[in-house]
Amino acid sequence: MLVRRRLAGAVSVIALVAVTVPWVAGAAQAQGEKVLRAGITQDLDSLNPFITITRVGTDLTRLTYEYLTTYDPKDYRPVPGLAEKWETSPDKLTWTFTIRSGAKWSDGQPITAADPAFTLNKMMTDKAAATANGNFVQGWESVTAPDDRTLVIRTKQPRSTMLALDIPIVPKHVWEKVTDFKAEPPLPLVGSGPFIVQDYKASQFIKLKANKDYWRGAPKIDALDFVYYKNVDAEVQALQKGDIDLMSRLVPAQYDALKNDPNIKLNTGAGRRLNEILINPGAASADGNPIGNGNPALKDVQLRKAIALAIDSRTLVDKVWGGYAVEAAGYIPPGFAEFHWPEKRKFDPAEANKMLDEAGYVRGADGVRADKTGKPLRLRLLGHAGTNLDEQGSKYITSWLKDIGIAVEPQMVADQKVNDATTAGNFDLAFSGWSANPDPDYVLSLQTCASRPNADGKGATPDSFLCDPEYDALYAQQLAETDRAKRIEIVKKMQQVLADRASLVILGYDNPLEAYRADRWAPFTTQPSSGGVIMNQQGYWGYYSATPGRTTDADAPAEAQGGGGNTGLVIGLVGGGVVVVLAGVLAFARLRRRGTADERE
Amino acid sequence: MTDFLAPVEETIAEAPPPQRGGGAVRYLLTKVGGAIMSVLMVVVLGFFLFRVMPGDPVTIMTRGRPVSGAQLDQLRAEHGFDQPILVQFWNYLVGLLHGDFGNSYAFNAPAGAIIGERLGPTLLLSGTAAVLAAALGLWLGAKTAWYRNGPLDRASTGVALVFWSIPPWWLGVVLLMIAGGVFPTGGMQSPDSPTALVPHALDVAHHMVLPVFTLVLAIYGQYQLVMRASLLEEMNSDYLTTARAKGLRDDMVRRRHALPNALLPTTTLVFLHLGMVVSGAITVEAVYSWPGLGQLTAEALEAKDLPLLQGIFIVLVIAVVIMNLVADVLLRVLDPRVRAS
Repeated sequence: MLVRRRLAGAVSVIALVAVTVPWVAGAAQAQGEKVLRAGITQDLDSLNPFITITRVGTDLTRLTYEYLTTYDPKDYRPVPGLAEKWETSPDKLTWTFTIRSGAKWSDGQPITAADPAFTLNKMMTDKAAATANGNFVQGWESVTAPDDRTLVIRTKQPRSTMLALDIPIVPKHVWEKVTDFKAEPPLPLVGSGPFIVQDYKASQFIKLKANKDYWRGAPKIDALDFVYYKNVDAEVQALQKGDIDLMSRLVPAQYDALKNDPNIKLNTGAGRRLNEILINPGAASADGNPIGNGNPALKDVQLRKAIALAIDSRTLVDKVWGGYAVEAAGYIPPGFAEFHWPEKRKFDPAEANKMLDEAGYVRGADGVRADKTGKPLRLRLLGHAGTNLDEQGSKYITSWLKDIGIAVEPQMVADQKVNDATTAGNFDLAFSGWSANPDPDYVLSLQTCASRPNADGKGATPDSFLCDPEYDALYAQQLAETDRAKRIEIVKKMQQVLADRASLVILGYDNPLEAYRADRWAPFTTQPSSGGVIMNQQGYWGYYSATPGRTTDADAPAEAQGGGGNTGLVIGLVGGGVVVVLAGVLAFARLRRRGTADERE
Repeated sequence: MTDFLAPVEETIAEAPPPQRGGGAVRYLLTKVGGAIMSVLMVVVLGFFLFRVMPGDPVTIMTRGRPVSGAQLDQLRAEHGFDQPILVQFWNYLVGLLHGDFGNSYAFNAPAGAIIGERLGPTLLLSGTAAVLAAALGLWLGAKTAWYRNGPLDRASTGVALVFWSIPPWWLGVVLLMIAGGVFPTGGMQSPDSPTALVPHALDVAHHMVLPVFTLVLAIYGQYQLVMRASLLEEMNSDYLTTARAKGLRDDMVRRRHALPNALLPTTTLVFLHLGMVVSGAITVEAVYSWPGLGQLTAEALEAKDLPLLQGIFIVLVIAVVIMNLVADVLLRVLDPRVRAS
C-alpha cells in the first residue's frame, strides 16, 4: 500500500512534467491565423440583439450587424451604414432610406429593405423584441418596404434622432422562424458587420470571425477574440507577455508604468463619460409631489450655485485622475465636440462666500453657516464605496465646502444603495455620472420633468430631479429640430440652463486609458480621429482597422523583434524542468531506500 | 395458549438484544434528518436574505441604458418583481421542487444550467488544491511533530504559519507577477485550446498550475498545524512505548500506531474543508479569472441576479451539509469510541 502511494506520487511528478512541456506545441499551432485578441471584463448578458443591454453585448451587435447608419470615426457624425442615403419629407414625418445594393448576409443571402422592415416592425409589435431598443421606435407610425431597396419610416412627430437609431438590423430569413424573441440565438450568428460572433464561453472568451463578404471590404485579420480578465493587473501582464494585443480600462498608475515598455503603445482620448455631483433641488415624483429626505435649504438656487463655485475641477483632474481627464465645462462630454459647451466651469470660493453672505446665510461660531430657518447647514454627500473618484473626491469636496461654511458628511456606500437613494430622492449631495452617446438626446432627457419617478420611486431613471419649464421646452425643441446646426445651438443653450440651475455640478470627464502591442499592430483607427479611443467606440472602426504590423513613433522606439517573451518562456521552462527532474530523482531515490527498509523489517 | 397474553418470560426472551447495527441506523437517520432540515432552512433564508439587499434588480439591469419608464415596468413584470413577496416566494418554492432555480437575467439562461457549467471548473481547481494541500499538510504535520523542535519543525511550522496568514488573493497577485511569464495569466483554457482530449487536458492543466499552487499554499498550513498538534498529544502515550518495546523501528511506530490515532481530528477538519471547496476560492478565482462558482457568485452579486444567487447559495450549502454528514459518519467508522457513546 505504501509502495502504491509512492507510485502515485511518482505518477503525479511525471504528469507535471507532461503539463509543462507539450504546451509549447499548443501555442505554436494558432500562428497561421491573424488574430486580434482584446481583453474584456464585463459579463455578457445575451447574444440576442433584441435583448442585450450590456456594454459588451451592444459592442458585439455593432460588430456583427450593420445598422442603418453609423457614426463617423472622425467626429461622430451619422454616416451611411446599411442605408446608403436618406431623405425626409417636407413635413419631417416621413424618412425614406435607400438600402445599399449588393451587400450580403454572412450566410450569402442578399440584404434587402425587407430585413430592416421586418426588424423594426417586430420591435413595434412584439414586446420581447422591444426589450433593449424599444425606446427608439416609440412614437412611430409605420415602417414599410415598398421595394427591395426602399425603407419608409413614418413618425408621429418630427424626430431629430432618426439618424442615430442604434438598432441592430437582423436577417429576416433567419429571424422570421424565431418564435421566442427572448431566447438565445444559435451560433454562429448570421450578420452583416465586419466580424461575426462564432463561439462564446461565459467568463472565458468570445470568438468572432472576419466577414470576408463585408460590404466595406474584408477586415485585414482573420479573427477577433475577446478574452475575459477579471483582474486588471493580470490583464496588464497578459498584454506585456503577449497573451492579448489590446486592452482598455487601465488605471493611471498602470498606464504610467507601461510607458517604459517598448513593445506597448499607449492610447488615451476624450472620454464619453461625464462625472457630476447631484444637488437635490427638492426632489418630486412625476406628479409633482415631494419625495425623499433632501435638505430643504438646497431648494435655494443661490446656495446651489455657491456650492458649484466652491468645487475645483482642476484639482480633481490633477490629483484624482492623475491628469488623465478633462476639466469641467458643459454637460455633454468634450469627446462629442459638436454638442459640447466648452465654457469652463468657474472655481471661485471668495465669490461663493460673498453670495452666501448676501443671501443671508450667517456663519455660526463654529464657522458653519445657518440656513434660513436658523439650522446649521449640514449636508450628506453620498458616494460609491471603492470608487476612486468618490472616495478621494469626497475629501476634497468636504474641505472646499467647509471653506464656504457648509459642513459635509461623506457617506460611502455600496453602488446599489447609492442608486436606491438617488432614485428615491433620499440625498443632499451625491456622486453620479453617465456615458453619453453621439446623439445627446438620452443624457439630455435625464434632466427633464418626465424622467422623475412615480410615487414609490420607480418607473423612470431620474438624475438630478431638475424640473424646469425652460429646459423642458428646449428639450422638446431639439428633439423636433432636424437641422443639425440649429439643433446643436439648442443643445448648447440647454447646457447653459443646466449650469444656471445648478442642480448638478460637473466634476470633469475622465479619459479612457488603452494600450496595445506596438510590435505586432499598425496604428488603429480611433474615434474621434484626433485624441480618440480604440475599444470604447460607437462603432467598429478600431477593430475593423486592425492591421498586423508595427507602430513606431517617439514613444515606442523600434526594438529587436519580440523574442524577449519567448526567451523568458524558455528559461522558465528549462528552470521548471530542472526542478521537476530533480524532484523526480529524489523521489525515486527515497522510494528505493524505503523499499529496502520495508523488506528489512 | 392464548393469543391474548404472552408469558412474561417469553416476551423477554424474544426481545432483541441491543444491536450495534440498529444504533448505526438511528445515528445515520438523525444526521440525515438534521442535514435535510438545514437545507430547508437555507432555502427559506436564501430567498429573503437576497431580497433584503439594497438595489432594484431592474434598475441595475438597465444601468447606463436609454430606457423608458414603460420598458422598466415591462421588465419588472416579466421577472415577477411586481408580485407580492409571498407570491414570489411560493413560485420560487414550486420551481425549486421541480428542480428549477429560475431564469438568470444576467446571463439570459436557466440558473441551474449556469451553475452546472461553473461547478466543474471550481471542483477541478479547489478539489485538486484541497487534495494536494491535505496530503502536504498531513505529511509535514506528522514529520514536524515526530521530530519536534528539530530544524524541519522550526522552519516549516514558521513557513506554514506565514502562508496561512497571507491573504490568498495577495499571494495570487504576487505569484502571477513572479511566474506569469511562464504560466498563463488567467482563464481555464486558451481561446484556441486544441479540441482533442489529451492536448486540451494539458492546456487546462497548464492553466491550473498557478491557481492550484496559490490555493495549496494558502490552505496547507492549517492541516499541518492541526496534524502536528494532534500527533504531539499522542507522543507520550503508553502504547507507543509498548510498540517501541516490541522492537519496531521508529518509522513504523509512527506510521502504524501514532498516526491512526492522530488522524481522527484531522479527518474531520479535512472533510469540513472539502465542503467549503465548492465556495472556497472566490478571491483566487478572481485573481486568475477562473470561470468557476466563486467568480459566478461575484458576478451574480454585482448584477443582483436573484435566481442565480439563490441557486448558488443552495448548492454551496448542500455541499457543506453533505461533507459534514460524511465527516460525522466517517468519524464513527474510524473511531470506536464514538460508536460506543
